[in-house]
Amino acid sequence: MPHVLLGLLATGDKHGYELKRAHDERLPQARPLAFGQVYATLNRLQRDGLVVPTGQERDGGPERTTYALTDDGRVALDRWLTEVEPPFPYVASTLLAKVAVALLVADVDRARACLAAQRQAHTARLRELTALKHAPSATLDDIVAVDFAIAHLDADLRWLQTTLSRVADWHREVWHEPATGS
Amino acid sequence: MSQLRALDLVRSYGRTPALRGVTLDVDEGEILAVTGPSGCGKSTLLHCLAGILRPDAGQVLWRGERLDTWSEAARSKLRRTEFGVLFQFGQLVAELTAAENVALPLLLAGTGRREARETAVTWLHRFGVAELADVRPGEMSGGQQQRCATARALVTSPRVLFADEPTGALDSLTGEEVLTTLVRVAREQRTSIVLVTHEPRIAAYADREVTLRDGTVDHTGLGLDAPLIGGDR
Repeated sequence: MPHVLLGLLATGDKHGYELKRAHDERLPQARPLAFGQVYATLNRLQRDGLVVPTGQERDGGPERTTYALTDDGRVALDRWLTEVEPPFPYVASTLLAKVAVALLVADVDRARACLAAQRQAHTARLRELTALKHAPSATLDDIVAVDFAIAHLDADLRWLQTTLSRVADWHREVWHEPATGS
Repeated sequence: MSQLRALDLVRSYGRTPALRGVTLDVDEGEILAVTGPSGCGKSTLLHCLAGILRPDAGQVLWRGERLDTWSEAARSKLRRTEFGVLFQFGQLVAELTAAENVALPLLLAGTGRREARETAVTWLHRFGVAELADVRPGEMSGGQQQRCATARALVTSPRVLFADEPTGALDSLTGEEVLTTLVRVAREQRTSIVLVTHEPRIAAYADREVTLRDGTVDHTGLGLDAPLIGGDR
């Protein structure tokens, strides 16, 4: 988030409200930024010398402080853009944990029910996003963001499907039961 | 209204059962996704519904009539007029140009040569490949070929289009473009689509999804009605 604000300030000085609005426009499918979060982040960036207040603005409403990117801020932004995001090092997801625990404390049917219910919820969301993407009002901002979500849901659904097929074997392995052979 | 119905379909290949009692309806103008793992019977179901294969038991009803008992000639005529079929690849006649390929179903139905060509070019235009009218499949990319094949499958304005993994051989962006156009056109002319796919993201274009498992309908995770995609449903 701090770097996103630095990026938005690189396009011109802005006060907190403008930053929130610009963020929500650029990342339309993200959770909208809370004002408190914007101001807390701006305070930290100012403390670290990455942004600097450039003045007060009053446009009929309350007084607003405008911020500008400093040279250090520009360097920090550039460094962030250059850094490659490491692929996530751990395999961790609440969904995976839940199925693993279901196998531990319940039976195959419970684990399967858990996977099936999740598949239904994921499928419903995938359809919602597919419709959103093809709505006449969708901008390329929306489409790129929704593509990201669709690709991840699609991957989750494939995993759910594969795991549904594996759940009986998996249960046997967890409980050290002999294979029945099918 | 249900216009195509499978009732308790059973079909085996030798001793291997592919369908073990499948019942489903395809409504007019509906896009129905048939999903499930490889070997679950998806393609066999599609071939039975389209009248390409005869089931060993059960019925296929087309507007209330027993399609599965019709002669090969009658089923073949139905496939030329009311049904369209689209596969993953390899459907275009290599010796014919794109326009000739798309015009083929019209010529078989008795349309004059000039009119068939004009209609074919209009359809190529709808799929964004009008400039390929005089090009043969061998000189086209996979995506271009599939656009032509899709145009050909829809050129007779069929009542039902049977599509078996229609974007399976395409990269995801090209596949999406082909599918989006296919869905839009089907909505416009109220063509039903039976869309066989193993990809969740492709199934998400449908109004409804039926999952097969080991030759039967898997009832876990069903009952989802898709939101509207460019249509009035």
